[in-house]
Formats: sequence, C-alpha cells, structure tokens
Amino acid sequence: MRPEWTDFVGGKWDREINVRDFIQRNYTPYTGDDSFLAGPTQNTKDLWDQVLDLQKQEREAGGVLDMDTKVVSTITSHGPGYLDKSKETIVGFQTDKPFKRSLQPYGGIRMAEKACADNGYTVDPEISEFFSTHRKTHNAGVFDAYTPEMRACRTAHIITGLPDAYGRGRIIGDYRRVALYGIDRLLEDKQAQKDSTGDVMTDDVIRLREELSEQMTALKMMKEMAASYGCDISKPAANVQEAIQWTYFGYLCAVKEQNGAAMSLGRTSTFIDCYAERDLKNGTFTEEQIQEFVDHFIMKLRCIKFARTPEYNQIFAGDPVWVTESLGGVGIDGRPMVTKMSFRYLNTLNNLGPSPEPNLTVLWSTRLPEGWKKFCAKMSIKTSSIQYENDDLMRVTHGDDYGIACCVSSMRIGKEMQFFGARANLAKCLLYALNGGIDEVTKKQVGPKYRPVEGDVLDYDDVYAKYMDMIEWQAKVYVNTLNIIHYMHDKYCYERAQMALHDRDVRRYFATGIAGLSIVADSLSAIKYAKVEVVRDEDGIIVDFKTTGDFPKYGNDDDRVDDIAQDIVHKFMTAVRRHHTYRDGFPTTSILTITSNVTYGKATGNTPDGRRKGQPFAPGANPMHGRDSHGAVASLSSVSKLPFNDAQDGISNTFTIIPGALGKEDQVFAGDIELDLNK
Amino acid sequence: MSGRIHSLESFGTVDGPGTRYVVFVQGCPMRCLYCHNPDTWAMTGGKIMEASYIMEQYDRNKAFYQNGGGITVTGGEPLMQVDFLIELFTLAKERGVHTCIDSSGIAFNAKNTAFIEKLDKLMTLTDLVMLDIKHIDPVKHKELTSQPNEGILAFASYLNDKGVHMWIRHVVVPGWTDDPKYLYDLGYFIGQFTNMTALDVLPYHDMAKKKYEELGIDYVLKDVPPMDKARVPELKAHILDGIKKRREELGITHHT
Repeated sequence: MRPEWTDFVGGKWDREINVRDFIQRNYTPYTGDDSFLAGPTQNTKDLWDQVLDLQKQEREAGGVLDMDTKVVSTITSHGPGYLDKSKETIVGFQTDKPFKRSLQPYGGIRMAEKACADNGYTVDPEISEFFSTHRKTHNAGVFDAYTPEMRACRTAHIITGLPDAYGRGRIIGDYRRVALYGIDRLLEDKQAQKDSTGDVMTDDVIRLREELSEQMTALKMMKEMAASYGCDISKPAANVQEAIQWTYFGYLCAVKEQNGAAMSLGRTSTFIDCYAERDLKNGTFTEEQIQEFVDHFIMKLRCIKFARTPEYNQIFAGDPVWVTESLGGVGIDGRPMVTKMSFRYLNTLNNLGPSPEPNLTVLWSTRLPEGWKKFCAKMSIKTSSIQYENDDLMRVTHGDDYGIACCVSSMRIGKEMQFFGARANLAKCLLYALNGGIDEVTKKQVGPKYRPVEGDVLDYDDVYAKYMDMIEWQAKVYVNTLNIIHYMHDKYCYERAQMALHDRDVRRYFATGIAGLSIVADSLSAIKYAKVEVVRDEDGIIVDFKTTGDFPKYGNDDDRVDDIAQDIVHKFMTAVRRHHTYRDGFPTTSILTITSNVTYGKATGNTPDGRRKGQPFAPGANPMHGRDSHGAVASLSSVSKLPFNDAQDGISNTFTIIPGALGKEDQVFAGDIELDLNK
Repeated sequence: MSGRIHSLESFGTVDGPGTRYVVFVQGCPMRCLYCHNPDTWAMTGGKIMEASYIMEQYDRNKAFYQNGGGITVTGGEPLMQVDFLIELFTLAKERGVHTCIDSSGIAFNAKNTAFIEKLDKLMTLTDLVMLDIKHIDPVKHKELTSQPNEGILAFASYLNDKGVHMWIRHVVVPGWTDDPKYLYDLGYFIGQFTNMTALDVLPYHDMAKKKYEELGIDYVLKDVPPMDKARVPELKAHILDGIKKRREELGITHHT
C-alpha cells in the first residue's frame, strides 16, 4: 500500500478506482450528539469577515464586483487567488481573486457578452470575434439544428428553461478520487480506458477516444493548477487537510470550465471523515483544526460565482450555483453513514452563519441515529438552510454512494451522470389541448392543429382524451429538442474535468421535467367534479373559465384528485419513453422547479382551476398556494403518492412553516415543558 | 356515532406530545376573551363526521404519528360530545393510538351522574388530558370566560382521582392573568395533584384579531399587547413556587 494509505483497511479500492469500497471499509459511524463540535477559530472569523465585506461591496456594486472580460476561463487560465494567504487552510478561487467572475464563452458567446454587458462590462472584441467566427459554441450549434417547431415551442414557453444557451450542469465529478488516488493514478487509469476501447472506428468509439483524451488533458491541467497553489496532487492526499484540499481542487477545476445551471459537489463528508478519524487517532490534528479546515472549505464553496444575465437570474430566482452536498443516509449493509464529519459540515452553519450555498442536503432515513436527527432538526430550525431527501426511497435505485445534483437529481457518484433537460409546461399543454394547439397568450398556432373542444361546458372524458394527444406531441418535440441540445453540448462545451472523474462507461440519465402539475390536477378535477364553462374571445379561442361548485384539490390527501396527478405523471413519462434519446440516455422526469415556477406562470393564461393568467405556478410538486386546507401531513401525503418510478429525477416539495408551528421552540428538545421542581 | 366537527388538522405539533392528528370539534360554552378559535363557539354548524371516518383519515398517515405522537381532540369543547369521544377513542385504542383531550373542563358536573358515568368510561380510553385553567379566581374567571371555574377545578380533582395524566395549561395575558398572586394561587391549587406531568405556560398573542373582524365579533382585548415571551419564565416561576409550597405541605416528593 502507498504510504499515504497507512492505517487504512485495504480492499478492492487499492487495486481499482473504487471510492465506495474505500469508504465502506474505512468509515466510522457516529451515533452521538453535537457536543464534540468546535466553534470558529479567530482565523476563520477574520476570513469570513472579509467575505462578508466582499459580499457587501458586491451588493453595493449592483450584484457583481468584478468580471473577467479578456481571459477565457480554463483550469489553468488564472494564477492563484487568495483572501489572506496566511490564514487560509484551504485555498483556491475560480479566478485570480475572490468575487471575480470568469469568462466562459463555450456555452454561447452571446450569453457571455450579455452577462458582461448587463453588468456594465464589455467582452474583449477579439474574444467575441474568435467565438463568433473561428470557434463555434454550444448555443450556435443548437440553433443550427433546431426546427421551426422547436423554436416556436421555445418562444411560446410550452417547453422552457432549456440549457441551449448556457451550461447544462448537473454532472457531478467524483472529486474524492483526486484525494484518494492522486492525479497520476487517475491518468494511468484513463490511459488504460483509452487502450481498452473497441478498434472498429464507429462514431461512438471515435467520440469516446476523443473524450478520454480530453479528460486526460484536464487531469494534467489539474496538477498544474494545484501546483500554482503549492500543492502536489499527483500523489494521494496524506491527511485530512490535504483530502479536503485535493477534493476541492477537483471541484474547482469543474467550476473554472463549466458554469452549469447546477454545479454540485457530491457526497464527500463521510469520505473525508476517514482521514479525520485517522488524524485524530494519530494526533496529527485536533478537532478545532479539523473544523477549521471544514469551515474554510465551505467558505470557499460559498464564494463560487458565475457571470449570469438578469434573465437567467429571473428564471432561477437569484444567482444560485447549487453546490449540493449530500450528507448522511444509510448504507446497504444497514449501517448509518453519518460520521462526525456530517456534523462538522452542518456546524459550518453555526460557525459561518446560515447560507443557501453550499446546498447542504440530508439524505433522510427513519434509521438514522437519533443524535443526528436531533441535530438536523435543531439546525433546520435555527438556520432554515437544510434540504432533506428520502434516502430510503433512493437507496433502492442508487445504492449508498449516490449524490444529489441541483436539488433532487440523484446519481451514483462517478458512475452516473445526467443530461439536464429543464421542463415542459404541462399547464400550458392542457390549454393547447382545449384550443387545438393555439397558444392562449400569443394566439399563434404552436402545437398541432388538432380539433379544439366544442360547446360551453367542458366534458372530462373529451378534455382528457384531447390532453393525452397533446401530451404525446409535447413529449416528442421536447425530447427531440433535448437530443439536439445534448449532442451540441458534448460537441462544443464538453465537461472534460467532471468526466475525467467518472468511469469510462457511465450511465447517462436523460432528464426531462414538468411544471404545473398541481394546476393540471386541480383543473382536471374541476372539470370532473364541478361545472367548468369556457369563455371564448372574439377569435373563438378559450381564454377564461367559469367554474361553479366545489371540487377536490390536490394537497389534501384526497384520492379523487391525487389519482389524477399520479396518472398525469405516468402518462407524460410513458410518452417521453417512446422516443429515441441521445447516447442511449435513460429517460427520467422531475417534478422539480422551485424557482422558475414564477416565470412559467407569467407565460401561461387562465386555467380551469381558477388560477389567473400570469399567476405563478406552485413550486415543484407542491399543491397550489392556499389550496391545501388539511394541514401539512395531508399536503405531504398528496405529494408522496406521486410515483418515483415515473419521476426518477426527483419530486420536490417546498415546505415552509413558522418555527412556532413546529413545536414549542427550543423547549421541544430541552424538554422543560416537563415539570422539574428541583430547579 | 358521529360528531360535530369544525376541522381536521393533519400536522399538530403543539397539541400534546409528538406530531398529532388533531380534531377540532364544533361548539363551546366558554367565551374566553382571548380565544383564538371563535369560529368553533357555535353549537350548530360544522360538519357531521363519523368517528370511523376520522380514524380512517388518521390511518392514512399514521407513519407520521407513530413515533411519540397520536390523536388529540380539541375545539371547541370536546367534552360537550362525550358519546362521540368514547367511540372515537375506542377505535383509537383498538389501534394502540395515544389519545389526548384538550379541554377547558367546563362541561364537568359532578352531580350529573349520567355524564359522570360516560366520563368514567371515556377516561379509561384517554392517555392524557390537557386542562386549560384560565384563571384561579372565580370572579376574574367569570370576567375572562363568561363562565364560573368551580366545575373546572373539580374536574382537575376528578382526573387526579382517576389517575389520568394531566398537563396544566395557562395562558398569560398582560393585565389579565399575569398577577403574581394569582399565578402563585394557581400553582398552590394544582400542586396537590400527583397526576400532573407538565405545566405549559403560554404567552398570549393577538393573531386571532382578524378572525374576530371577519366574524363581526368585538375583540375586547384589542388594546392588550401580546405577552412578551421573555417574561414567561418569570411568570412560570410564580406558579412553580405555589406548586412547591403545596407539595411541601402535603409531603409530596418529586422525582425527576
């Protein structure tokens, strides 16, 4: 065994690239409480004050502090950047200084130019010229191939938020591999992969060989970049500080080259804890030092930034990066995967204060240790910064070394990746079904010219049949649009750094998504259980509805309408599955959007459920605002009935509750509602 | 057997231990000035629901209530519908569900033997009663709630005799129920009960104001500010002093 691996239990992992095997053989489950945790060091406080000051300056400058307009960002394009070199235990920024946003034109030069222009900067004309004339971008490729129908769908927002002008993101490199193996071993492995490709030069083999070469180039550049910070990552990490640093370098390379819609971190805490336990045992570092490394790491993740346009920020309701880190969960052998490091990650919310990034995501299981559950609840109440996902549900499909990309997309780290596909507007599609493919806002014929509904009162069977036809159409144009997008993204904006930290043969999830599910469910419920009359405009297009009588509403654990919601998800997914997907992608869908629901709502007319034109959709799989009248459990129950098999890319529910309604504040845990007369 | 129900809440976290399925019954004879559910006062209205239907609803999401939670009936005044409660809790106990009643005790009348007979039966099915004592002083109680407190205090003794676990709840309202003397007296009174397992002192809030407006009912406390939460420990201490004094006198030792 290599000297860096002394004291670790060996196994398959020391002969092949297999991080999961390393973790399973070496991690120490922790079942205690949070009392061991350390507070912030003075250096941590000083550095964080610096970041807070930069954040303030950035806000005052209108949202962007500095942008690169001359240097196209690559792994090695920028020299090292620091906050305060003497105080940082974990180093590395995307450019040569903190809060300076990098220039990433490969997704699309116009988007890069606009992101600069909207923030008061101008891209160097030579770079503009180069990426307009000599080097094609993803965006240019996509628009070369789009059909007129695809363009019309895009403009009308029946399919929307497509990653055709920006990075698709959602690919998680196994950044831990950098720490466990060092780059040289990974390079050897990649060379072996390249040597193992087929020797008949079909398109697939040629592409694979070219991609593996790209990946090896990226690995070599990673070494060079790390060396500029004085770190030699050709070798494995030798202690916990290096393990964090090497892992972070892997991630940093990804965000230097890709500004994807979600650039997630994976599942690093339990891996890192193997090093921390070893160092604690050997007296290499103290708890305070280890927490300091973690605090500095998380601080760096909070400083990841991309150049975005105001329109982009509008779609995503802010400037999110989705540095999602998955914590906890249970192993397939039944041991909880909660370690002290899981606690330390959440403890950064104490030491640095609450923050939406990194998106700390707890993989929840009923079998998690009680001390961890209590700590999660405590930190949720204190900071509102934790996301929860159902590990018991996902473990069945993905095992125990998967991570979440963005907010709900699950994938095995280093073994599976995703083609991000934004979403289809199902509510608008229902209106197309009523109007025979005519858009209710623009009055243009966007969808196929099917027969519109006739008469004044909507008939459930008639509407349902027409809707199913329209969904078939929508799924087809949607999947084909995504085929073009991912073909071009691979061709012109390939994620070489992230893919270098994957196996050779990865499973590619072909993700689609839906928006407006609760509107469709309630609308169909209204048509079925109440009386819905239509209001037509002077051109005979249905633009409004008059609903008489009450109807069951999604979000109240009422099967009459919940069944409709489940059925729609199933029918949409069935329609998606019918089509060819790029690179044999495994089709999935998500009921996800927790930010774009506002924009989608703006582009959608009145709906039969009573929602008015322009009003936001409910986020993700949430019931519509204020329609869940039976309390949170009934509301959650409606959501939990949605079939994961048909929405394997995830089902999201945004749960907001005032702390007081979660119990009697801290007393829930302190237990001082009980009588203690000795006090 | 059906009950007159105001509403059902699937995620109750402040109405007894754990996460609970909460049944709000319709109808209450009290007219507490700070009541935050004035829409449950009327003895008519609400929805008529079968006890079996309510337990079916419970069962649908029982996973949420299993871990230290259960079912709570509040209102309105649950004990105005004793027959319904007996059936509901019989069904609950068949399933091993923890049962709780949140009551003002106003329905208690020791002389009504028919009622007491039913209540005896109900108490065999009840794991916890949360008794909300509004005021210890009979005159003040009447001012605050429009009803006497004699039966309420007798109900506490009854529960103690029956050995039913009891939480005492007390809402502290500035100028109405925050006088240290009365708090101490309250403590002194409840100090005699060995079935009491918790004391829950709740700061008054005025979030119900809007409901009163909507219902066209005059909100008498409109000029009373919400209770400062920071004062609660100090107010609670007066009650605890009373409890300790009484327990000393009675020689009740307390285990913690």
